[in-house]
Amino acid sequence: MSTIVSLPDQTTAALPKRTYINNEHGILSWLLTADHKRIAMLYLVSITFFFFVGGFFAGMVRLELLTPAGDLMAADTYNKMFTMHGIVMIFLFLVPSVPATLGNFLIPIMIGAKDLAFPKINLLSWYLYMIGGIFVLTTLVLGGVDTGWTFTTPLSTHYLNTHVVTTATAIFIAGFSSIFTGLNFIVTIHRMRAPGMTWFRLPLFVWSNYAASVLMVLGTPVLAIAIVLVALERTIGIGVFDPTKGGDPLLFQHLFWFYSHPAVYIMILPGFGVISEVISTFSRKRVFGYTAVAFSSVAIAVFGFFVWAHHMFIMGVSNYSALVFSLLTMLVAVPSAIKIFNWSFTMQKGSITFETPMLYAFGFIGLFTIGGLTGVFLGALGMDVMLTETYFVVAHFHFVMVGGMLMAFLAGIHFWWPKLTGRMYPESVSKLAAIITFVGFILTFFPQFVVGYLGMPRRYHAYPPEFQVLNVLSTAGATVLGVGYMLPLLYLAWSLKYGAIAGNNPWQATGLEWQIQSPPLTENFLETPIVDHEAYDYEWLERKTERELQYVG
Amino acid sequence: MSDQVKTNNNLKPVDADQGNLDMHDAPNVMNPEHVAHHIVSPTVYLMIFGVLMVGTALTAGMAYVPLGAFNAPVAIAIACTKAVFVVLFFMHVKYSSKLVKLTVSAGFFTFLVLCMMSLLDYVSRAWGRW
Amino acid sequence: MSLASTITHPPEPEIHASHDVHEHPFYQKHHFETAEQQREAASFGMWLFLLTEIMFFGGLFFAYLLYRNWYYDAFVSASNSINMVMGLVNTIVLIGSSFTMAMAVWSAEVRNKKLLQIFLLATVVLGFAFLGIKSGEYYDKFAEHHVPGASFDIHDFVHPQPGTDEKALSVDMANKTQIFFSLYFAMTGVHALHMIIGIAILIGLLWYSRSGIYTEGYVQPIENFGLYWHFVDIVWIFLFPLLYLINRH
Repeated sequence: MSTIVSLPDQTTAALPKRTYINNEHGILSWLLTADHKRIAMLYLVSITFFFFVGGFFAGMVRLELLTPAGDLMAADTYNKMFTMHGIVMIFLFLVPSVPATLGNFLIPIMIGAKDLAFPKINLLSWYLYMIGGIFVLTTLVLGGVDTGWTFTTPLSTHYLNTHVVTTATAIFIAGFSSIFTGLNFIVTIHRMRAPGMTWFRLPLFVWSNYAASVLMVLGTPVLAIAIVLVALERTIGIGVFDPTKGGDPLLFQHLFWFYSHPAVYIMILPGFGVISEVISTFSRKRVFGYTAVAFSSVAIAVFGFFVWAHHMFIMGVSNYSALVFSLLTMLVAVPSAIKIFNWSFTMQKGSITFETPMLYAFGFIGLFTIGGLTGVFLGALGMDVMLTETYFVVAHFHFVMVGGMLMAFLAGIHFWWPKLTGRMYPESVSKLAAIITFVGFILTFFPQFVVGYLGMPRRYHAYPPEFQVLNVLSTAGATVLGVGYMLPLLYLAWSLKYGAIAGNNPWQATGLEWQIQSPPLTENFLETPIVDHEAYDYEWLERKTERELQYVG
Repeated sequence: MSDQVKTNNNLKPVDADQGNLDMHDAPNVMNPEHVAHHIVSPTVYLMIFGVLMVGTALTAGMAYVPLGAFNAPVAIAIACTKAVFVVLFFMHVKYSSKLVKLTVSAGFFTFLVLCMMSLLDYVSRAWGRW
Repeated sequence: MSLASTITHPPEPEIHASHDVHEHPFYQKHHFETAEQQREAASFGMWLFLLTEIMFFGGLFFAYLLYRNWYYDAFVSASNSINMVMGLVNTIVLIGSSFTMAMAVWSAEVRNKKLLQIFLLATVVLGFAFLGIKSGEYYDKFAEHHVPGASFDIHDFVHPQPGTDEKALSVDMANKTQIFFSLYFAMTGVHALHMIIGIAILIGLLWYSRSGIYTEGYVQPIENFGLYWHFVDIVWIFLFPLLYLINRH
């Protein structure tokens, strides 16, 4: 049963005198910091920048598709637009989004540690990310790249005259940033837990980031070597992927998707963690089936390595292996469904309040379910042969990544914003933004399912006129979606100075991060906490609050 | 300098499984992954070096013996044995925690997944060269 | 093994008398509770990094596995054209450097600064020896036009030197030797790059070891670098039979 906790009175809250933000001053104190919270903020600023860069390309793509003719830009310009959109969004936004910002900030605090295990490597990983980002921007200035984000050989090695090597360097470097983040998280979660913080007392956010980190560490290097071989093939002409020299272009696909399929779990798993936290907090109930949710994250990570060839069904893999990979793909649906069921059951009989993060979480559950189920369609061999390379795939991917991951990211940002900055954002505007995002999203991507099912291929700048109505709907939705994303940027920036003081635990959540001051001290905890309660124990929180009230009052 | 090793009074208290019992070490005592630090003696290193040299000679020698299809498995078996010796002794995995052992095996397991699942495609292609 | 592996424990870390209650060795970072926790975290982190290295080389090893089975004859001829003696000497050199590195770790553990420096220096020298021999091999391949790319020439494989019992390949199969050499240069090249990075770090360690920090209880950097160096050695232990010894008889 849920425990009804009244939210604390925020009018009496005051900002603490000493926090990680005002501990040191000056630009160098940020650029050379080893504090995981400051690095998280550096990441937050940089991924927001790249999100809007990627969003600009998405806008250009949608604008071109407003009319059936290729009238806004030439075909190869359009190719560059969607390629840059994919590369920026995937490698510079989705992969680092939740882990590098919220994960970086919260994982050490949630497990009761003073910092990540390797603070300097954490800073290095931000610098590598920025160098990767600068390489992407360089590509842009030099004239872009038009391979698609998948670098398909032999297209990328032989037939294109754009800046593939620069982009490959960017992804190689950004990949190492992701490896170091994952490595840091794994070591921290294994070695830095406070006394009493056993594995099954960890918040589910930590579990899902742990699973994502394992994927980062094991998957990313394979992408790195595949990308290195593409670059070598372009520069000195080694023949590993070149059919004229006896190489196999499909080998590249195997190596690429060996990372890039698990990569979608790297992107979505931390989002699952955010949703677990948010749903539990605003239902005032322990997550239903904690162990099942925890292990489903691990199961997704493990199964993730066994399904990659479902991206290659029409590329000439053997029928036999296509069959096996199609069957294995169905396995991933099981742990994902466990999560959806358990979140729904967490809400059942909970005392639900409709705060902004909860609205985003509702959006996540609905959109991710649609995205996940269409994933099962696409995993089925027979359906995939018909639907792959159409807008159906585009819609599926965006339902999972934008409808799922981005919603989760925004839910997380709204949920932990008071902890990150010590300030509240305006309630009504933020709820409005959540609703605008949801409506805009449905309007943008639902028509793409239809248009894809009707047979419109992806990656073309022109299309038959009968698809125009659906494309206009989609472009209109993208405009609404753009407004939905601009609003949080504005009011969150506004709240930094003018927002109400949040207090330590504005949502009455149970995580260790809510038991310390907001924003936290540089050392997080004055003394190492000793954990004596299970995760999501709202009765413990109630008793603690009562005790404090008696003690103070 | 090396005298310090031989004296008993700088040994930390350990239990039967060489787990650390140092009570100033609260988080680690409760951490079942913890294993005390060992120093492997030079004698062991020298013996392993000898084993590796024999392995190298063996692998070079076996390459000149016509074994038909078995040349490759023999070479890989010798290489694996050598690698296991390096991992266990030079890299101290024999004396490390279960966590490190698990990490090492996870690496090789994932590599095997990459090989096996990709080979599944290559060996069953109708148009393949296998 | 019980006779040889006498298990002992490291000396107590040096304690600075400056602090009041919380007495920590000088090398312990503030966010760790104990030096022991820091050591285990660092070693585990290094292992995770090696995990990524396994997968990085893993992609190349899989490519090798595939093409070796597809183009076995080309792989045999190409493999026989590289200098086996140089490869063998290099194997011995590298295993030797692994041994000196292991001894360097031991020297740090027993706090013998002189020995530590000797063994680190020996490792550097052996590392350079390996790279020297390797560049000799590369030079031969370059002279023989066996480097993949525009100047690659299959003449040696279609018309083997008279007097050797090397099988002549068809032009089609001989073209596939380029795949072997692509993999040869990619694998040994990436391996050599790891060696170069390793030697650079070694020189750094040698420099800092003068102050004696590694021989006063702070074994961690030496130990972790040792793990890296042994990993590079293991990669070579596999590369040697796979590249040099496919079918020598």
